[in-house]
Amino acid sequence: MTIEALRETLSARALPAPDNAALHYWQSAADGKLVLQRCVDCGEFQFYPRALCAACAGETEWVDASGRGTLYTFTVIRQNRSEAFVRLSPYAVGIVELEEGVRMMSNIVECELDRLEVGMALEVLLLKAADDVGLPFWRPASG
Amino acid sequence: MGARDAVIVGIGWSDYPVVPELDAMDHHVLALRRALADCGLDKSAIDGYACAGTAIQLDDAATMAEYLRINHRWVDGTSVGGSSFEFHVQHAAAAIEAGLCDVVLVTYGSDLLSRMGRRLGTSTFSAGSGRVRGPSQFESPWGNVLAGSYAMAARRHMHEYGTTPEQLAEIAVGVREFAGLNPLAQYRDPITVDDVLNSRLIADPLHKLDCCVISDGGGAFIMTTSERARDLDQPPVYVLGAAGAETHWNISQMPDFTTTAAAQCGPEAFRRAGVRPEDVDTIQIYDSFTITVLLLLEDMGFCQKGEGGRFVETGVLRRGGRQPMNTDGGGLSACHPGMRGIFLINEAVRQLRGDGGEAQVPGCEVAVACGSGGFLSCISTVVLGKEGRS
Repeated sequence: MTIEALRETLSARALPAPDNAALHYWQSAADGKLVLQRCVDCGEFQFYPRALCAACAGETEWVDASGRGTLYTFTVIRQNRSEAFVRLSPYAVGIVELEEGVRMMSNIVECELDRLEVGMALEVLLLKAADDVGLPFWRPASG
Repeated sequence: MGARDAVIVGIGWSDYPVVPELDAMDHHVLALRRALADCGLDKSAIDGYACAGTAIQLDDAATMAEYLRINHRWVDGTSVGGSSFEFHVQHAAAAIEAGLCDVVLVTYGSDLLSRMGRRLGTSTFSAGSGRVRGPSQFESPWGNVLAGSYAMAARRHMHEYGTTPEQLAEIAVGVREFAGLNPLAQYRDPITVDDVLNSRLIADPLHKLDCCVISDGGGAFIMTTSERARDLDQPPVYVLGAAGAETHWNISQMPDFTTTAAAQCGPEAFRRAGVRPEDVDTIQIYDSFTITVLLLLEDMGFCQKGEGGRFVETGVLRRGGRQPMNTDGGGLSACHPGMRGIFLINEAVRQLRGDGGEAQVPGCEVAVACGSGGFLSCISTVVLGKEGRS
């Protein structure tokens, strides 16, 4: 799927209603920057954003993410009865392990479905879905 | 053994798998009546109640206690997906043994298939209903489906341990054989490994026949003390040990996609029961998908981590094997109304009573019920015995 075709799908997706802890994450993504929470006490990164460090209950700060990762696991969705996704099928849903050590779900795009492979190097592709929400897609790393 | 040892004395099923004339409340009630009739108790004896309410069926414990008019001294609304009923057994056994109540009823009812069709496993939660609140907002934009979550666990297991689609298929084939012995089972015709592999892919690498059915159905069971059980119509089945644990709720938060919380609660339940996995005569395990079975077997210690594929190929879980599994035909073939955990308990009790008919496991004295709720998230293991702890 091309980026242009991908853009057309954005508004139909089930977008987030950010809670307090996630406002900055989704807004930053809309502004073209992927950010992660890191604990100021124990130094652990976490995803998804929370109102505490889930490891030690400490305070967190925002850190720019490298935008690089690898594919931890994936599936190809062949059937989704929800209207927003019917016309996208089949498509890849994966779990990306970021360089910082955290994992997130996303779609793996700009990759033939039969070339998906656990461990493949990925880079983030941020697309603005609404004024307050950007979505981080992932695609094979360039070079 | 003590006078207040917790036992299961009554079991009941509503009708399944396709029952358009019953709604969720009807399923709860029919199962409740049959469980009371099974053991010969009056409804007035019930002083404890557990129910895993859901937003789909609007059957939270408080509402249901009102509807059924149960004046409880102890209540448990634990609702953690399909394994809720195994958690209920653990909690109710502790309450009974502590003297908080004497007779606990657990009910479940679902009209999932007749009211909502087959969407549960292959739809994106919340899609189409506006913006998504809560932690599932970090998954909802990507169009994942229930089957996809399990597919990603299967993919990772294949990557790390070389597990094959054929090995997963073997699980579905074995369970289907037992479904052939259950006149109520949703699908009864025998299938082969090739049939599974040739069924269409739903979410790679899971095929249609790697996925459970979607049904209507309900169940109930009644627990009390070993002393009280003496006056009742059925031989008691003892709760030897039970334990539950959670590693995550949403699949993307699963710490290790090849290891579930059964690695924690399985050994804990066995330790409390004073038995080992090899002592178990029949395994009733949550088969939402074939991969669910594989992971739970490994994690409970029936085989080593990564050996699940080879373990299922030995035939040990098949009819006539050493530890027959899902002897009612399981969720893969018989019945899965959304939360199947109560059927695991009821089938284990049926086997321990020796009432299994053609599917009876010879000399059945120890059974395990292991439920998985959510997305391989909340797991509970219950060890049941024909005799109490020695």
